[in-house]
Amino acid sequence: MEILMSILIGFLFMAAIYLILSRSLLRIIIGTGLLSHGTHLLLITMGGLGGKNAPVLSEGVTDYVDPLPQALILTAIVISFGVTAFSLVLAYRTYKELGTDNMSLMKGTEDND
Amino acid sequence: MSLVFAIFTPVIAALLIPLLYKRVSAIHTGWFVLLIPVALVSLYATYIPPIIDGTTYKDELPWIPSLGLSFISYLDGLSLLFSLLITGIGALVVLYSIFYLDKKKEKLGNFYVYLLLFMSAMLGVVQSDHLISLYFFWELTSISSFLLIGYWYTKDRSRFGALKSMMITVFGGLMMLGGFVILGILGDTYSIRELIAQAPDLVDHKFFVWALVLVLLGAFTKSAQFPFYIWLPDAMEAPTPVSAYLHSATMVKAGLYLVARFTPIFALSEVWVWLVTGIGILTLLWGSFFAVKQTDLKAILAFSTVSQLGLIMSLLGIGSIAYHVTGDLVTTFTFATFAAIFHLMNHATFKGSLFMIAGIVDHETGTRDIRKLGGLMSLMPISFTIALIGSLSMAGVPPFNGFLSKEMFLDAVLNLKNFDLHALDSWWILFPIIAWIASVFTFVYSLYFVFHTFRGKHKPEQLPKAAHEAPVGMLLSPGILASLVVIIFFVPNFFGNTFIKPAVAAIQPLAYQVPADVGFTIKAWHGFDSLAMYMTLGVFLVGYLLFKTIPKWSPIYKTFPTKLSLNGMYDGLMRLGDSGANRFSSIYMTGSIRSYFVYMFTAIIVLLGGTMWIKDAFVISYENLAPIRFFEILISIILIVGTITILVTKSRLTAIIALGAVGYTVALFYILFKAPDLALTQLVIETVSVALFLGAFYHLPQMNKHEKGKEDRGFRLGNFLIALGVGVMVTLIAISSHSQKLIPSISEYYKETVYSEAGGGNIVNVILVDYRGFDTLFEISVLTIASLGIIGMITLRLAKKKGDRKVENK
Repeated sequence: MEILMSILIGFLFMAAIYLILSRSLLRIIIGTGLLSHGTHLLLITMGGLGGKNAPVLSEGVTDYVDPLPQALILTAIVISFGVTAFSLVLAYRTYKELGTDNMSLMKGTEDND
Repeated sequence: MSLVFAIFTPVIAALLIPLLYKRVSAIHTGWFVLLIPVALVSLYATYIPPIIDGTTYKDELPWIPSLGLSFISYLDGLSLLFSLLITGIGALVVLYSIFYLDKKKEKLGNFYVYLLLFMSAMLGVVQSDHLISLYFFWELTSISSFLLIGYWYTKDRSRFGALKSMMITVFGGLMMLGGFVILGILGDTYSIRELIAQAPDLVDHKFFVWALVLVLLGAFTKSAQFPFYIWLPDAMEAPTPVSAYLHSATMVKAGLYLVARFTPIFALSEVWVWLVTGIGILTLLWGSFFAVKQTDLKAILAFSTVSQLGLIMSLLGIGSIAYHVTGDLVTTFTFATFAAIFHLMNHATFKGSLFMIAGIVDHETGTRDIRKLGGLMSLMPISFTIALIGSLSMAGVPPFNGFLSKEMFLDAVLNLKNFDLHALDSWWILFPIIAWIASVFTFVYSLYFVFHTFRGKHKPEQLPKAAHEAPVGMLLSPGILASLVVIIFFVPNFFGNTFIKPAVAAIQPLAYQVPADVGFTIKAWHGFDSLAMYMTLGVFLVGYLLFKTIPKWSPIYKTFPTKLSLNGMYDGLMRLGDSGANRFSSIYMTGSIRSYFVYMFTAIIVLLGGTMWIKDAFVISYENLAPIRFFEILISIILIVGTITILVTKSRLTAIIALGAVGYTVALFYILFKAPDLALTQLVIETVSVALFLGAFYHLPQMNKHEKGKEDRGFRLGNFLIALGVGVMVTLIAISSHSQKLIPSISEYYKETVYSEAGGGNIVNVILVDYRGFDTLFEISVLTIASLGIIGMITLRLAKKKGDRKVENK
């Protein structure tokens, strides 16, 4: 399963980077969203997927899934959400100010340096 | 008074100069400045008698003791001679500048501060025994020289000359620092004294020659040797007192000092002998040849300085042969060192006076262009006399001191026949021939300088001012120097015994223990069997003929293309550096974020992939794998389909919904992987995110609205390959890192203690708020900052206001 997940994560990364390399600001932000999904899945995969039970104490159970990656991912999800929200609003403001969402047009010129 | 303090006296005094300049405007600031070199020269004069007896003085001021760094002032014959030159000529130059620079028109405060800074720096160079403090003062001379050349900073040529001299001398200075550091490491000491003592052990080390070449680069750039002389003619944009002081008498001799000072260390290597002698004699010929071409008085003198410095350099090189011979030959070759130091002193006298005369001519006629000058002899008789004395001395005519040293030079070059190293028996003859040709040209340009300025037809209509004799004060300094020129000729041995012999003893410590051992006497008359005398006569004869026929042969200078000249090369190099760096950075700094992403991702692929390839790090193991279940395959397929939809869709709405689908699929994965909290969070956050995306998308344009004809979603192979590369790298790294887990997880501890220590049952939540609560704290901060940032972005409109103002201004 881990090998299969690795390939899937690689695919997510590939898609994310392909989007990040494009010109449209929205596609870049979608790309970062995919990238964080890939990263979170990578974290949980590297922690091992063989566990039988969720990391919540219950009677007579000893075989729990590794809880540490889950805690890390939970933190990462929230942070990437904050960053995504921020960059979305930034994209919105950028479009309002500059009138374009084309990254190749957003180059520093002498006027707005 | 302590010797180290004496070094710093001028620069400390310089602190008072601006005050005096502002407060005491009635008196020319130079009069106050004059006191300092006069006091110093009297101080150093008191050291002359003990130095003649072979005493040396050492004074130390700790600077950074933990690094063994201190200002060590070491006074022996060589440094005393230089110190006297620096302070003596410094006094004369200050006196001259009092009459040369106008009290009202010039910024005298700046001038004298720079000049005093330079004086300190130069004294520091010649007295330092510590390599690093020597370098410190060395660069200080470069900086103060830069400031002085650019003194009239409103003139383009001044700034160009200052920059050029800075570039070249600082380049050499840095090379020299490299050489010093190598020497310091090889000898495990930065003291020149101690290095000299160790020199025989160092000479065979493989880095010794590196140190030698690097130090020589420093000396050659400072002393304007071939091919680094090009800064000197451009430095003539400085005020004439500066040219006279820095660029004839003192700073350019710092390189000679360096060569002389390091002779006891480096002369043990033959590379040194050949480099110093060869470059010196080449510079001599080159400088003398091109001096005749110049039309600016100071440029003639600049090239003549270059040439004379080459002469001294080659003599120092020949003198260092003494380290490779035994018996009587040692004396034969140390004679060259003696001649070098003697000529160094003579050159300071006559070249200083000539520069001052050139300045006087400029000051009194308004031009330095030799084509406009002429017939000034009757108008400026005293200047003419001084110029004549200086020029004839430079040409090597008796009864002036230049004659004595030129004869000694020819003798020393002829002595090369006694040295049979590397089949020199057939090649040595080149040196006297080159020396002779160079002497002929020296003779020609000396006559050219004085006669084309003062004889011939007077052309008053071409002169900006009506020519007349300079004031007495201005003539005083060149007059003193010119009388020295004559006095040295008549009592050469007084000067020889007093100044030259202690210096020679310092350069040749193996041959001479104390200055009294140096047994040379200077003779004006060598007898009829002296080959040098016949060579000199030949110089006079051929030189006179060439001088008379200058118009006939001077067109040969036009055959040298300007592009191939060294100045042309320097300019080209500077342009190349400028435009090359510009072009280079404009190639890779495109301003487009995509390019930078490409660099980063390519670096990831190349560095990680390369490392993996080289280390053969890819491992795949089928142990410890979880079984593959049907649901997981199903969800994977949904995930892949969703991702592909994002990639290929034309509508942004579809893309956003597909992203939401991917997010929910990920949440399903979390469920399958037994992560309830993650699934919960993921579902909520994905929902909010999609809502946000939709909100933003409502305001954003259609994906292609603003790029008509430019399909952004069109497939791009380059992007795809990079993306594929990164994806493959991630997969490979994930597989191999999972396949070789080296240490067990620390989670066992959490699982065991979650209830007993923390009193909770949900291990993930307890980790978040108890075991690793700090993470959560700052994650909350991140959210807070993000929301504050969003509020700020939406409510604040500072940039727009600024933009509005800009529009108004237009």
